[in-house]
Amino acid sequence: MALRLATRRLALAQQAPKVFRRGMATPTASDTLAHTKGEPLSTISEATSASRAPIPPSKTTTIKEPETDPQAKIKTFHIYRWNPDEPTSKPKMQSYTLDLNKTGPMMLDALIRIKNEVDPTLTFRRSCREGICGSCAMNIDGVNTLACLCRIPTETAKESRIYPLPHTYVVKDLVPDLTQFYKQYKSIKPYLQRDTPPPDGRENRQSKADRRKLDGLYECILCACCSTSCPSYWWNSEEYLGPAVLLQSYRWIADSRDEKTAARKDALNNSMSLYRCHTILNCSRTCPKGLNPALAIAEIKKSMAFSS
Amino acid sequence: MLSQRIAQQTLRRLALQNPAARFVAPAALASRNALVNQRRLAATTSSMQENQPNTEILAKQRLARPVSPHLSIYRPQITWYGSIINRITGSLMSGTFYLFGAAYLAAPVFGWHLETATIAAAFASWPVILQFLTKVVFGWQFTYHTFNGVRHLMWDTASGITNKAVNQTGWFVMGLSTVSAVALALL
Repeated sequence: MALRLATRRLALAQQAPKVFRRGMATPTASDTLAHTKGEPLSTISEATSASRAPIPPSKTTTIKEPETDPQAKIKTFHIYRWNPDEPTSKPKMQSYTLDLNKTGPMMLDALIRIKNEVDPTLTFRRSCREGICGSCAMNIDGVNTLACLCRIPTETAKESRIYPLPHTYVVKDLVPDLTQFYKQYKSIKPYLQRDTPPPDGRENRQSKADRRKLDGLYECILCACCSTSCPSYWWNSEEYLGPAVLLQSYRWIADSRDEKTAARKDALNNSMSLYRCHTILNCSRTCPKGLNPALAIAEIKKSMAFSS
Repeated sequence: MLSQRIAQQTLRRLALQNPAARFVAPAALASRNALVNQRRLAATTSSMQENQPNTEILAKQRLARPVSPHLSIYRPQITWYGSIINRITGSLMSGTFYLFGAAYLAAPVFGWHLETATIAAAFASWPVILQFLTKVVFGWQFTYHTFNGVRHLMWDTASGITNKAVNQTGWFVMGLSTVSAVALALL
């Protein structure tokens, strides 16, 4: 069966042209692969996944707010910087100071203000500024969240630290490479699959109770906060699908209109795709939309245990 | 993604414009292009080659990309700290069990004395505070792993998975395992 293993699809992707491989960040990855044939990819990723520690803020300059007035509430932000145009340079923590009286309430306002008024080279993704697009997902003060939904803590004595999503390849500054995440999303076939036409020839109807089962699942905006908060996903992102994609998988498994439920579950029925979830539960804790990916994964596991 | 798709469609259109196609009536050509645009093949990634000049920069950059910091910067929380402690206690206990079992098996060969009576006598000669601390350390591993295991069994039934419940049961298990480990050490 073609979709027997989601991991198999990903394993095939390894043979794709080099550009499409995610394991490219380590130049020795292909050499490592040659003599560890047959072993799970996770052994390699775990061996090579040490992040490059950024130069601490104490060793970099601080870019200060241009003019200050005596009433100013100055807060320091340490922001992870890495420029692909200087590929040999180490990532560094750049410090900025902002007057909170002149800054909007959210972290995204601070970032935009830094980019507009202090340092135009700072790079980050943002779009809707209201928590519906998921672009500005990043690690703020140690927790993954959306910068647009995260208030700046008003105590100025505490310094804020902003990193890109943990254990992702950095494209530039706060922009992570989410290619693998989107590939995994594609691999679960996130669309309605039916062989039979709707009974009335017009719409696929479902009862109110069936529709209610999708609440808490369809709201996911795929910001990747939960997946990149999961230590298991950090070590196994080649093969383990991660909380966000599994939540989406459950969204289609739970859908009463979908007719490929068995095939969907069958695709998850291997040691890596689903069962690398060790109920660490960082995912539900960090979700900026208040969803519960851990519960969705537990429901998939439960239904797999009782159905076979 | 969008720019990639546009590039692919342009490439396909270029590929279609073979000399013969120039002599086809414009309407036929237009409809053919329209057909091509309607088709969405599942595997569309093959049109981008690594050795193309426009992707070379991308390939080079991907080689140099750093991995963003993870363990060292993520905020300590009861969720993942509890989980890693569960793993460490499990590994330590089973490791100790296997090591001691193997040593016990090999003891007659090397002339070690690992009989219960000998070990109990050696332990009794230690200072009381050291005895107590050793008992607490071993007892806590056992109690924490056991009580946290109950939490995992509960989660396997898909119950108790809310942020509030996870927080409460996590700290409750921490407290309960500490209290019971101390109680076991005082026996």
